[in-house]
Amino acid sequence: MNAEAVERTVRRMALEILERAKTAGLLAGLSFIGIRRGGVHLAERLRAEIGKATRPLPPMGTLDIALYRDDLAQRGVAPVVGPTDIPFSLEGRTIVLADDVLYTGRTVRAALDEIVDFGRPRQVWLAVLVDRGGRELPIAADFVGARLAVPENEDVEVRWREAGASEDGVVVRARRMP
Amino acid sequence: MSSSHSAVLVIQGGRVIDPANGVDGVRSVVVRDGRIAEVSERVETPRDARVLDARGRWVTPGFVDLHVHLREPGHEYKETVETGSRSAAAGGFTSVCAMPNTVPANDNASVTELMLARAAGAGLARVYPLGCITRGRKGEELAEYGELKAAGCVAVTDDGSPVASAAVMRRALEYARAFGLPVAVHEEDLLLVGKGVMNEGATATRLGLNGNPAQAEEVMVVRDVALAELTGGRLHICHLSAAGSVRAVREAKRRGLPVTAEASPHHLTLTEEDVAASDYDTDMKMNPPLRSAADVRAVQEGLADGTIDAIATDHAPHAVEDKKVEFDAAANGIIGLETAFPVVAELCRRGVISEKRLVEALTSGPCRCFGLPGGTLSVGAPADVAVVDPNAEWVVDPERLHSRSRNTPWKGRRLRGRVTHTVLGGRVVHEWSPR
Amino acid sequence: MIGRHRHLLSLEAYSREDILQILDLAVTMKEVLSRPVKKVPSLRGKSVVNLFFETSTRTRSSFEIAAKILSADALNWTASGSSVSKGETLLDTARNLEAMRPDVLVVRHAAGGAPSFLARHVACSVVSAGDGAHEHPTQGLLDTFTLREKLGTLEGKIVAIVGDISHSRVARSDLHAMTKLGARVRFCGPPTMIPKGAEALGATVHHELREAVNGADAVIMLRIQHERIGDPLIPNTREYSKFWGLNVRKTNEWLKPDAVILHPGPINRGVELSSDVADGPHSLILDQVQNGVAVRMAVLYLLCGGSGESARAKEGLTP
Repeated sequence: MNAEAVERTVRRMALEILERAKTAGLLAGLSFIGIRRGGVHLAERLRAEIGKATRPLPPMGTLDIALYRDDLAQRGVAPVVGPTDIPFSLEGRTIVLADDVLYTGRTVRAALDEIVDFGRPRQVWLAVLVDRGGRELPIAADFVGARLAVPENEDVEVRWREAGASEDGVVVRARRMP
Repeated sequence: MSSSHSAVLVIQGGRVIDPANGVDGVRSVVVRDGRIAEVSERVETPRDARVLDARGRWVTPGFVDLHVHLREPGHEYKETVETGSRSAAAGGFTSVCAMPNTVPANDNASVTELMLARAAGAGLARVYPLGCITRGRKGEELAEYGELKAAGCVAVTDDGSPVASAAVMRRALEYARAFGLPVAVHEEDLLLVGKGVMNEGATATRLGLNGNPAQAEEVMVVRDVALAELTGGRLHICHLSAAGSVRAVREAKRRGLPVTAEASPHHLTLTEEDVAASDYDTDMKMNPPLRSAADVRAVQEGLADGTIDAIATDHAPHAVEDKKVEFDAAANGIIGLETAFPVVAELCRRGVISEKRLVEALTSGPCRCFGLPGGTLSVGAPADVAVVDPNAEWVVDPERLHSRSRNTPWKGRRLRGRVTHTVLGGRVVHEWSPR
Repeated sequence: MIGRHRHLLSLEAYSREDILQILDLAVTMKEVLSRPVKKVPSLRGKSVVNLFFETSTRTRSSFEIAAKILSADALNWTASGSSVSKGETLLDTARNLEAMRPDVLVVRHAAGGAPSFLARHVACSVVSAGDGAHEHPTQGLLDTFTLREKLGTLEGKIVAIVGDISHSRVARSDLHAMTKLGARVRFCGPPTMIPKGAEALGATVHHELREAVNGADAVIMLRIQHERIGDPLIPNTREYSKFWGLNVRKTNEWLKPDAVILHPGPINRGVELSSDVADGPHSLILDQVQNGVAVRMAVLYLLCGGSGESARAKEGLTP
């Protein structure tokens, strides 16, 4: 996906989210949580788009799942932990949980566990820019930017301008050996 | 080649270093009937003589160690007179002085006699026991010096403990004069030492261990030198470790007082930094502790200029359960008989002392301190000889040492210099050859 | 730090980067403490055993809470008041506990080097909770964390540590950590309480309190032990308090207006600090306690979050 495609896709997703929220009467409680780090950029962009159509701007939080990973025992070193910041109460809210790539589903599982420890939202909707298949857990996204069939030995990398890339893009490349 | 029962032993072609007789050169030594028969450049070798090829090696009087803990009676699990004698022979020592901090303490003739009987039974080294200064080493009442001397003690000491009371020390020095016994002293002011487990200083501070200041030794040396002056008694200072102590002994000798002193191989070469580098290794823990580099330099200078008369190992065996604990709780002491020569020979290589001085400090020097026979290769003297390869390199493997204990700080280190033969009264009691 | 260290025995052995990594992680851990559910599953199935040979409710509880928030199991083992004269108790005890396969042993002992000695003989990770006068690494870390949080950075800051430095493991740990982060540390106390080689460790030495706190950004007051039989370091606490204790007047007159005051606790009110200073506006003492849990969480996470043996071997780390 090139930069233009990314922008178009994000806009389309935002419209879908807006539509669904309006229909279900949940627009007032809409909020965004981005999974660090790629999901944060997606969440911010979706939020900004939706903010063009509705006021006030829905609240936004970031979530780091390192402390909730299920693979700590398999790793030799403790994974780096980033900050989690959810500056609003989750009670009764509709959370749009955003990540850039949905693959095995384990990251989303960890994120859900963590969200539940913060409070009890009314609903959680999952929004991902790329769904590459390969699920290991029964997790499905509610809003998908693009579905890509990517072989096991290849990685999907999403580049965001906000993260320092020269331009947005979705790139598929061979998995780098550790 | 020949059996060890041959009456003649010829040690051929080695560099004979016999400071007592002013000899340093290539000679052959003939031993007949257990005594030195001849020391000359060319000797006639009888056909049935056993010949030891000593070319490239040193041939010296058997070493004499004034300070060895043989642990028997009472702590045989650490060492016995026999295993200690074997260790001594392996290190080139033909005479060792046995410390009286046994259980029971050697403050009476029966303990002295037991030690001598064990030594005779082992037949691997001459053992000269020291008796206690005070009964039970408690520092209060004098032991019976007359009886101890008659039983075979050559000096008295409460080693392991100081004599805290100056009054008691004074009387000990005076009373010992009646029997011509030197009083050997372990110098530390216990109150100053407190809970100290290593030398007080920046290193102890960094390691968070309680410190034992060098002055805790110095104040007692100064005290006892003054008491030697008061009483005219013969004073011998054990295991000197502090620069201040060396200064005090030097001054005492300059003034003609009858004071002698010894230093150990570890206090001549290891410092508090070695404790730090070892990550709290308890084989670096002994009393007096390893001190600063400046103290070690002072002890080296003291040995070089004659302030220190003898090198004495303070061989102090301890079993694993006494040492394999946290530093604070570990017993004080290290073994040293088998590593002594190569460790102190390093001082010659570094130019700190001459080879002649080294041999003197291991032979005639110690004998002079306690009036012991030996320490020379004089014609007619009992043939106690050490043959040493000064260049043989070996790695210290504690499991292969002859001592019953393993507590050496030189474990795993490569040392240079090793005794190849030890001859006791004409008998070869130890042999080693490089593999 | 990740992977490089198997134990936390001293801050002297940790690099500036190691320390910063722990402090940065502690920021995140502190956030966890502010959540409604103060629990994360990271160390689920791991066990932390507190092996305390010196009594200490606060440090022990702090480690216990830290372990539990991370979902690890925590077990406390305290030696009774009787002194441990032979280390066979120490080593044997640790070996017995090791049979239960703990992931971390947190050890406090009166003998310097005891945790280091244990670390050589057990397979799990060892964290020192204080050994003799040597170090108290997590205290050093939490003091540093507290100051960094309040001052923004330690670079160029002046920290004065006041009290019985010679017997203080906290002073040593603070010194190592803070100088590695760029602070200048001053030791202050009567000459009997300043150990030999203090300057060699990197501190400047002052005997006058006023001089030591002049221009200081932080003042750390240490607890004074009243009696040392046979080894009197001060005549009594009254005189100590007069010359080296902090009260409101001295705080207002001698300290910078924005200087902060720390104390590792427990406080001898009226000796090192008067009550109104301990509870006053400069004091960060309560922050220290909360930060202690966050810092210990960070340490436990880094040492045993990810200790899959085969994985460690694969990544070329010591198992």
